[in-house]
Amino acid sequence: MDAARFFDEMLGEGDTARGPYEDYKAWFDGEENARLLQRSADAEAIFRRTGITFNVYGDEDAAERLIPFDIIPRILSDREWTRLSRGIEQRVRAINAFLHDIYHRQEILRAGRIPARLIDQNEAFLPEMVGATPPANVYTHIVGVDIVRTGEDDFFVLEDNARTPSGVSYMLENRETMLQMFPELFARQKVRPVGDYPKHLRRSLAACAPSCAAGRPVVAVLTPGIHNSAYFEHSFLADQMGAELVEGHDLRVVDGRVAMRTTRGYQPIDVLYRRVDDAFLDPLTFRPDSVIGVSGIMDVYRAGRITIANAPGTGIADDKAIYSYMPEIVEFYTGEQAILKNVPTWRCSEPDSLAYVLEHLAELVVKEVHGSGGYGMLVGPAASRKELAAFSAKLGANPANYIAQPTLALSTVPILKRAGLAPRHVDLRPFVLMSPNKIYITPGGLTRVALKKGSLVVNSSQGGGTKDTWVLEE
Amino acid sequence: MLGKTAGGLFWMFRYLERAENTARLVDAGLRIALTRSSSEEDEWASIVATSGVRGAYLARHKAFDAERVVDFLLRDRSNPSSVLSTMEGTRTNARLVRTALTREVWEATNVGWMTLRDVLAEPPASRDLPRILDTIRQQTALVRGTMNGTMLRNDIYDFARIGTYLERADNTARILDVKYYVLLPSAAQIGSSLDNVQWETILRCVSAQRAYHWLNQGDVNPQTIADFLILDRRMPRSLAFCYDRIFDNLKHLSEEYEQEYESLSVAAQTRTNLKGQRIETIFDSGLHEFIERFVDKNNALGHQIERDFRFYE
Repeated sequence: MDAARFFDEMLGEGDTARGPYEDYKAWFDGEENARLLQRSADAEAIFRRTGITFNVYGDEDAAERLIPFDIIPRILSDREWTRLSRGIEQRVRAINAFLHDIYHRQEILRAGRIPARLIDQNEAFLPEMVGATPPANVYTHIVGVDIVRTGEDDFFVLEDNARTPSGVSYMLENRETMLQMFPELFARQKVRPVGDYPKHLRRSLAACAPSCAAGRPVVAVLTPGIHNSAYFEHSFLADQMGAELVEGHDLRVVDGRVAMRTTRGYQPIDVLYRRVDDAFLDPLTFRPDSVIGVSGIMDVYRAGRITIANAPGTGIADDKAIYSYMPEIVEFYTGEQAILKNVPTWRCSEPDSLAYVLEHLAELVVKEVHGSGGYGMLVGPAASRKELAAFSAKLGANPANYIAQPTLALSTVPILKRAGLAPRHVDLRPFVLMSPNKIYITPGGLTRVALKKGSLVVNSSQGGGTKDTWVLEE
Repeated sequence: MLGKTAGGLFWMFRYLERAENTARLVDAGLRIALTRSSSEEDEWASIVATSGVRGAYLARHKAFDAERVVDFLLRDRSNPSSVLSTMEGTRTNARLVRTALTREVWEATNVGWMTLRDVLAEPPASRDLPRILDTIRQQTALVRGTMNGTMLRNDIYDFARIGTYLERADNTARILDVKYYVLLPSAAQIGSSLDNVQWETILRCVSAQRAYHWLNQGDVNPQTIADFLILDRRMPRSLAFCYDRIFDNLKHLSEEYEQEYESLSVAAQTRTNLKGQRIETIFDSGLHEFIERFVDKNNALGHQIERDFRFYE
C-alpha cells in the first residue's frame, strides 16, 4: 500500500502539525536529532535497569526482552478523548450487562439478536457461571479496549479485551520515563496524568469485595509465576497497589475462604486479581492438570465469598465471533446507538461470508476466533502467494474458527530514527476499571506501534514497540 | 507476609553472600599461587573443598589447577555456588519477592546481575582477574548498601539478615573445617614459612588479615586466629558475631509475630555456647569436632526457620 494513503496523527495529510501536536512539533523542531537519539538510548538503559521486560516463550537466549520504547509521544486532544471515552464507557457497560444476561435469563438470545449457537457451542462460555452472580454484580473489573484510527474522526474498536488485558505497566513506565527525560515538555503543556492508575485499581477492586470482607479488603494478584511473559507487570501492579503477589501454591481453601500462606498462617483473601486464564483457575472445575490454580476456588466463588477479577467466563464477551455483534449488543442493553464503530467483520462460519473471504483473501486480515497476541493471523496484503494458499486450506478446513476484516488503513504517528521522523502505524489500548458506582478510564492508555516500515502488526510478540500517550487538558 | 516471600528473601541474601564468599576464596587462591609454594594443586583443591563443591568439581575436571578452578568457581553454571549461579539465584529470588523490595534494592540487584553476566561472559584472562573480583565485590556491596539505606526495619529485613548471617556462619565454619589441621598445635612448626602462608590464607578468606594484625600487632598464632574467627564478637565474619545477629533478628520476629519459635531457642542455644566459651576449651575437646557440630547445627537451624515461617507448603 502507498504510504500517502494513511492518516498521520502528527502531520495530517500535509506537512504542518495538526492541532494537538502544534506545541510539541515546535519544540521538536528546535531540538537536535543527536540529542534526542541519546535520550532514546538513555530510556533503553532505564528500562533495562528497572527490569521492564517480557519473556518470550520458546526463546531461550532472549528469555527476557525489552519492548522497544519510542520517545515521540502520541497526542490526543481533549475533544478527541472526550468522545472516545464516552464510547468506551458505553461499550464496557454493555459488555457487563451482556455477561450478566448471558449467564442468567439470556434475553438477548430469546430476542433473537444473536444466534444461540454462538453461545452454547462456544468454549469461552462457562456453564459453571450460569446462575452465579459475582460480588457487586461486576464481571469485567478491568477491560482493555483496542482502538484504531483511520482518519480525523474515524475511530474503530478492534477488540474488547475482557479477560485479563495486559500492558498497563508499560503505559505507566513510559510516562515515568518521559517525565524523567523531558520534564520541560510537561512544563510547557498540561498532559493529563496516568500515574494514579494503581490507586484507582486498588479502590475499584476493593469496592467489588464480597460482603464477608471485614474492614479494609485484602487484595492479592495471582500470577502463574516468574516465567510468565507478563510477570514484570504482575509484580509491578501488586507492588504499586500494596497487594500481595501470590501463586497457586500459596493459596488454599480454608474454612470456606480462599486463603494465602503467610509467615503467620493462612489469611483469607477478599479480592483476587487473577492473571491466570479461566481454564487454569481451578483444577477441580476446569483443567485437572493445572498447577497454577487453586483447588476449590470456584466453590468459594459461587458461595459469594471471594471476588475474582475478571469474573470467570468473561471471555465470551471478547470472542471475535461475538465481537461482530457488538453494535447489536450495545443497542440491546443501552438503548443507544454505539458511539464507537466496529470494524466490518465477515464470520467465516457463514457460507456466503466464507466464499467472499476466500475470494478476497489477499485484501483481508483473517484472525482466529479465540486467538490473541497476533499469533495465527493472516495479513493478506503482506502475505506471499504460498502463505495465502496455505491459509486458504486452513480456513476451508475449519471456517468457524475464523473471522475476516478489511485491512484497515491504520493511522500513523512518527517514530524517531537516525535520519529523523518516520511514520509508523499505531493502535491504542485504554484501560477501563469498573466498580458498582464508577467507571474509570485511563486518560490515554498504551499506544503500540509497529516499528517495521509498512507493518500493520503492533503486537510486542511480533516486534512492536510502545509510545507514551498524551491526552491534553483543555 | 507470604511464607514464600520470607523464603525468597532468605535465599536471595544467602545467594548474595555466597557470591561474595566465592569471589573471596578465588582471591585467596590466587594469592597463594603467587607465593609459588610447591603445593599449589593442594591449595586449589582445598579452595574447592571450602566452597563445598568438591564432588561437582571432580565430576567435571580431574586436576586442580588455577585456570580450571577459577573458571569453575566464577563461571560454571553446573556449579551451584559459582558466582554466576549465585548471582542468578540472587536475582531470581529478588524477582520472586520484588514487591517486598525497594526500587533501589531491586535495581542494584538487577544491574549487579547484568554487570557480572557481561564481565563473566568469557573465560577471564588472568591479568583481568583482580579487576573482575573487584567488580564482584562492588556489585554485591551495592545491593547490601541499598538494603541498608532504603529498607524498613521490619520482618522483611529480618529474613534478609537471617539469610545473610546463616550463610556467612556456614562459610566461616567451612574454612575452619578444611583448614583446621594447620591450626592444631601438634602439626604446627611454629614460625615456618609454610604455616605463615596457611594462616594468612585463612585470614584472607574472611577478609580479616588487616583487622587481625591491627588487633594483635603482628603476633600471628593459630590459637588467636581460631579465637578471632570463632569467638570474637567484634569480627563481622566470626561465628559468634553471626549468631548474635541471627538471634537478634529471630527475637525481633518473635516479638513482632507474638509467638515463641523453635528456631529462636535453637539459635539461642548455639549463641550461648559461643558466648561462654574459651578457645582453649575448644582446642582441648577437639577443634574439628567442634566445627563439625557447628556446621550441623547451623544447617538444622536453617531447616527449622523454613518450617517455623512456612517457606514451603
